[in-house]
Amino acid sequence: MSAIAFFGAVELGLVYAFVALGVFLSFRILDFPDLTVDGSFPLGAAVVAVMIIADWNPWLATAVACLAGAMAGLFTAFVSVRFQILHLLASILTMIALFSINLRVMGRPNIAILNQETVLTPIYELGLTSYLARPAFVLVLAAIGVILLAWFLRTDLGLAMRATGANPRMARAQGVRVGAQIMGGVALSNAMVALAGALFAQTNGFADVTSGVGTIVVGLAAVIVGETLLPRGGMIVAVAACVLGSVLYRLAVQLALNLDFLGLTPSDLNLATAVLVLFTLILPRLRQPRPTQ
Amino acid sequence: MIAVHGLSVRFSAGTPLERHALKNVTLEVADQEFCCVIGSNGSGKSTLLSAIAGDVVPEAGRVVLSDRDVTRLAAQRRARLVARVFQDPLAGSCGRLTIGENLAIASRRGARRGLRDALAPGRMRSVLERVAELEIGLEKRLDQPIGSLSGGQRQALALIMATLAPSSVVLLDEHTAALDPANAEFVLGLTDTLAKRFELTVLMVTHSMRQALEFGTRTIMLHEGEIVLDVRDPERKDLTVEDLVARFRRARGQELAEDGLLTS
Repeated sequence: MSAIAFFGAVELGLVYAFVALGVFLSFRILDFPDLTVDGSFPLGAAVVAVMIIADWNPWLATAVACLAGAMAGLFTAFVSVRFQILHLLASILTMIALFSINLRVMGRPNIAILNQETVLTPIYELGLTSYLARPAFVLVLAAIGVILLAWFLRTDLGLAMRATGANPRMARAQGVRVGAQIMGGVALSNAMVALAGALFAQTNGFADVTSGVGTIVVGLAAVIVGETLLPRGGMIVAVAACVLGSVLYRLAVQLALNLDFLGLTPSDLNLATAVLVLFTLILPRLRQPRPTQ
Repeated sequence: MIAVHGLSVRFSAGTPLERHALKNVTLEVADQEFCCVIGSNGSGKSTLLSAIAGDVVPEAGRVVLSDRDVTRLAAQRRARLVARVFQDPLAGSCGRLTIGENLAIASRRGARRGLRDALAPGRMRSVLERVAELEIGLEKRLDQPIGSLSGGQRQALALIMATLAPSSVVLLDEHTAALDPANAEFVLGLTDTLAKRFELTVLMVTHSMRQALEFGTRTIMLHEGEIVLDVRDPERKDLTVEDLVARFRRARGQELAEDGLLTS
């Protein structure tokens, strides 16, 4: 693997670390399997690309992208909580609607933002090689994300959110407004996923309406890989494990693509990811003894 | 203070499965009174607790907690006024959270939850003082997950959690029924200690007639959604389990006689 391929994989892993953090919050903390992310990732990319093209400040554009993602998540959670529609179904509906919305936002399926001012522009001006500057920049953002999320999950509000996912009956008896917690949490989760989309667009120089396909599986893969490697420890370890899992997952994919004898091409990525996630999900069950028939 | 006036609860109303779980029940439990509730399965004991806590919506009647009419308040909005311990030891705390985190959640029961560090030493100090007072060593195990506790320890923790926030009303729904005799005895003893120490108003549902007479200051018996017996100390002190069984038989006997009339 060349240095450029290596750092490229690390960079992609760090960008998708925000997807992993979002999926960790919805799947693991809230126990709310949320497929909205397949739509909110390209939504973040679309909003940031359109605003950057229109010469808005890239940081402001990124913030608006997060807000748009939060709205998407809020919609899913509201439909699920208020009308008691199964979380998976509610999120699939939002995801499919977002495909059309993303096309509306962009006006076309693909927007290039090469040679535009992005949040990375000042970093490039520091004189670092671009394939090193990008992962370093995203690493700093991911570290900030981990610290903020781990801190949040220790606050009164964060504990209430964790209780909501772990034991809603107990949470209610403690005066936690369970519905509001789910809405807030899923909104926050999708804001982080949209942030990943916004960073993806800015590091790669384009936004594409199809870039969201399989986001949820990639996020889940990162969370599961992280949990497998760092199964114990406090909240900060669990959150940091998502980032580690995301980077290692990308490196494993890059490695597999580089092993010529496997004969894999980039188009096999989704199949390989599905097999990896399935395998890590099944593994703990295979170890359990099963009753004989 | 707990007061219910003319409380009626009907499940599956308008269907062939309709069940009148509570029929015009009126009950007042005064401040610092410890009231035991007994009755057979389906007598409405748990429904009474659920209606007071807000999990069940009554079709008629009022629920008043500490002088506040809460009939129309959702369960989570009543949490400031009432604490609960469930029958299932797994239900009262969060298995995925640590002992310290569970205590922190309970200490803010019904209060506004913001972005302050829930486990900050300054805020946990008063909680830990209360826990240490009980001398069961929980204060040394704050970082351990709840999952590491036994059923009895979990129920003891749930009881302590119920006393951390400032409300004084505690509802216990057969909280020792899932425990082995030794642990049940321990948790009941703790219940008594906490009730006296923090001057709680307690409504405790139990299956055991002995417990219902031994603990607290008052015993009520529910049958078919109605209160058929209500005795307080000192008269209660003279009552034996046999007396209770006899009263219970009489309540059921009347019903059998009525059935007999209908079928003859």
